[in-house]
Amino acid sequence: MKLTTRGIINTILFVFLGSLPFLTDWMGDSFYTGLTSRILILAIAATSLNLLIGYGGMVSFGHAAYIGIGAYVVGIGAFHAFEDGIDWMLNGYVQLIAALLASALIALIIGAISLRTHGVYFIMITMAFSQMLYFTAVGIETYGADDGLTIYARSDMLGLIDLNDEKSLYYLIFFSLVFVLYFMHRLIGSEFGAVIRGSRSNEARMRAIGFSPYKYRLVAFVIAGTIAGYAGFLMANLSDFVSPSILHWTRSGDLIIMIVLGGIGNLFGPLYGAIAFVMLEELLSSIPLTIGGLSVGEYWQLIFGPLLIFVVLYARNGIDSFLPGARKNHDGA
Amino acid sequence: MTAPDLLIVENLVKRYDGILASDELSLTIRTGELHAIIGPNGAGKTTLIKQLTGEISSDGGSMSFDNRNLRRLTEAGRSRIGLARSFQITSLFQDFTALENVMLAVQAHKGHSFRFWKKAAENDALTHPALDILLQMGLETSKDRRVSSLSHGEQRQLEIAVALATRPRLLLLDEPMAGMSTEDSTELMATLRDLKNHYTILLIEHDMDVVFSLADRITVLVYGRAIATGTPEEIRNNADVRQAYLGEEG
Amino acid sequence: MNWLLMLEQVLNGFQLGLLLFLLAAGLTLVFGIMDMINLAHGSLYMMGAYFCATFTGWTGSFLIGAVLTLPAVFLLGIVVEVIALRSLYARDHLDQVLATFGLILFFNEATRLIWGPIGLSIPLPAFLNQTVEIIPGAPYPTFRLAIIVVGCLVAALLYYIVSKTRLGMLIRAGASNREMIGALGINIKLLFTLVFGLGAALAGLAGLMAGPILSVEIGMGESILILTLVVIVIGGIGSIKGAFIAAIIVGLIDTVGRSFLPEILRLILSDDSAATAAPAISSMLIYLLMALVLAIKPQGLFPPKGVGR
Repeated sequence: MKLTTRGIINTILFVFLGSLPFLTDWMGDSFYTGLTSRILILAIAATSLNLLIGYGGMVSFGHAAYIGIGAYVVGIGAFHAFEDGIDWMLNGYVQLIAALLASALIALIIGAISLRTHGVYFIMITMAFSQMLYFTAVGIETYGADDGLTIYARSDMLGLIDLNDEKSLYYLIFFSLVFVLYFMHRLIGSEFGAVIRGSRSNEARMRAIGFSPYKYRLVAFVIAGTIAGYAGFLMANLSDFVSPSILHWTRSGDLIIMIVLGGIGNLFGPLYGAIAFVMLEELLSSIPLTIGGLSVGEYWQLIFGPLLIFVVLYARNGIDSFLPGARKNHDGA
Repeated sequence: MTAPDLLIVENLVKRYDGILASDELSLTIRTGELHAIIGPNGAGKTTLIKQLTGEISSDGGSMSFDNRNLRRLTEAGRSRIGLARSFQITSLFQDFTALENVMLAVQAHKGHSFRFWKKAAENDALTHPALDILLQMGLETSKDRRVSSLSHGEQRQLEIAVALATRPRLLLLDEPMAGMSTEDSTELMATLRDLKNHYTILLIEHDMDVVFSLADRITVLVYGRAIATGTPEEIRNNADVRQAYLGEEG
Repeated sequence: MNWLLMLEQVLNGFQLGLLLFLLAAGLTLVFGIMDMINLAHGSLYMMGAYFCATFTGWTGSFLIGAVLTLPAVFLLGIVVEVIALRSLYARDHLDQVLATFGLILFFNEATRLIWGPIGLSIPLPAFLNQTVEIIPGAPYPTFRLAIIVVGCLVAALLYYIVSKTRLGMLIRAGASNREMIGALGINIKLLFTLVFGLGAALAGLAGLMAGPILSVEIGMGESILILTLVVIVIGGIGSIKGAFIAAIIVGLIDTVGRSFLPEILRLILSDDSAATAAPAISSMLIYLLMALVLAIKPQGLFPPKGVGR
């Protein structure tokens, strides 16, 4: 492994993230543990989406749906365990497997249909399907509909990990992220990864040399959806709450913003992007400025919106553009 | 005793909004030969190649390769039975290295690619054949360079290398020398002469010197029809061909 | 089967369909000619509703308010195009999606800043606030009838512009071959700006007509945007005819489906299950239709010529 400036920055980041809970202990304020947990979960989801967008050139605008599926599995499990006394539904392993299976299956169905389209059609159809799931969630009264579902008990991991302990949950999330990143790294360098990247680079040539990109893309779509489902499982356990808004297409947009901010097609990009996205939101909304009687912090999206446009137009490679060893050109989707 | 026919095209028809790009086009390619297709611009040469590979569909006629009905196979399927093509307008994987480009083609013909963990770059089964082909095309020194940083001549050679990596039985070369300098062209000529001994080739070229010195047989295409087929000598003396090429270099 | 109820729902379906058409026409035009996906189209719809609410409040008349809103949204569209969107035409779709997404955030927040977080209402004049008996015994709100009438008029007008005028010819040519119109020496920038403005005005019109029936609130653009996208995907991107037919179909299926689905479900399932499943399935109907269309015709029902070869 070469010792690059980039590599050093990444290492420092991971050391920092790995020791965060102890740092916050020492500072006496555990707010940041919860906040970082959220950032890392989003990073997991964004990393899975980056497989599709960054490496595969498939701009899926419905990825939040899979996070939602994973989260709702946990919510529904807790609900029935609580309301109907069906204890095994609180079993974390059952919930986890159900979450992974459900997101994989739905990704398979949605992917099978959507991947028959290209370009803008693909963007729109993925957006539409995730909205369909959103409305489904809104329509089911039993599970709270619009108001959402409070989760009274976190997944029971049967003594292996106590998800109620903030630190334990944090480390589960942290190591999950590390594993997902490593898995993604191997995946991209594998033969499968080569097909995915080649299909993005020149689909016509892929066909001419004997590949049928569709089935590989479908598998990639399912892998990405499943990882996002896992992120949803973690998310539900972190926030003790799940509502349809987690599935809204604008949440998918947030994920894409994170990927772009961090640098598309860059392994650690989504992590940096997630950090940037959440920190920006925190920072902007707490600006202690008041202009003409209006609190700037309250209207932070007024700044964030144009900022995003600016990044798209001028800093296309996101944070990547500002780091050493930046790539020179940007490969559009 | 002529060699058996590898490719038989019969009465191929392709219509584009009223224009007949392929007009009852018939020709055959014999195993082992280098068969050149010449004709004025717009004669339908590239359209023929596109129909052979399956990039576009045909409106009529038949194409049979090694006794298999091509129209039943997808583009990828045709590649897998041994039909390879190089593109007139360079069509490579721009952000990949030369080696990676060829490795992808090798990989395409090694069963399925549902391997998720092992690094492709460390797979000898992929790198060795790819290196061999790069060596054959004189590109081994550029193996780790991105396509975007290769010269035009090198890219044209890589075009062919990628096609070769799919272990073809029939090579369809669409103007391989397009835009090349004289120096690069001479080098490529030598490569083609060598390839002749190992592959059956369908060559589309504008450079008549190249065509007449390399081809075993030539077919002349005009307005989507084959107006003459024969040895270079026969074609040179054919009155119809002379007429079609009035004003062009002969 | 209550035929009168059915008739009412069919008319409502038409009305929704025509509203969707107004939105879809603008979106599909911009897409077809400028190859740009504009997510902020819904924001222009929202601004139409908000402007109309404000102008109606100032002038005391809905009609005057509506008349003032149209040029206002047209101008707003042009301003947005010149300032923010011009540089996006050459970019890839991902960039366009992100940048226009940023616009949505900006518009929503700016609206919240100017008009506050609580929604507004648009008061209607008496003659638009009654019912009329289209068939004896079947009263139907005059405003909804007005929407249908206006919608049809605009559709006819658009049809006339697109097929009989020079501008329309450029639009049709542009939809199938963008480079050509540039090569013909037409002032591309002006054409694009005009087309965008036209699309904005149509969206604004839809907004001001929808305002009195649905609510005027922040985020109203996003909800209708998805439906609009489904319409143009079904109809074929770049095709106004496709947008019209798809919009009517979608409007009808969504409205009629939603009202009769519980009854149909009750035939198969128990009352309870029907009640739970109905809203969920109703929402899905449109997307199922879209999936079906895409499975058979991936380019939509009526793609403009030159597309999808």
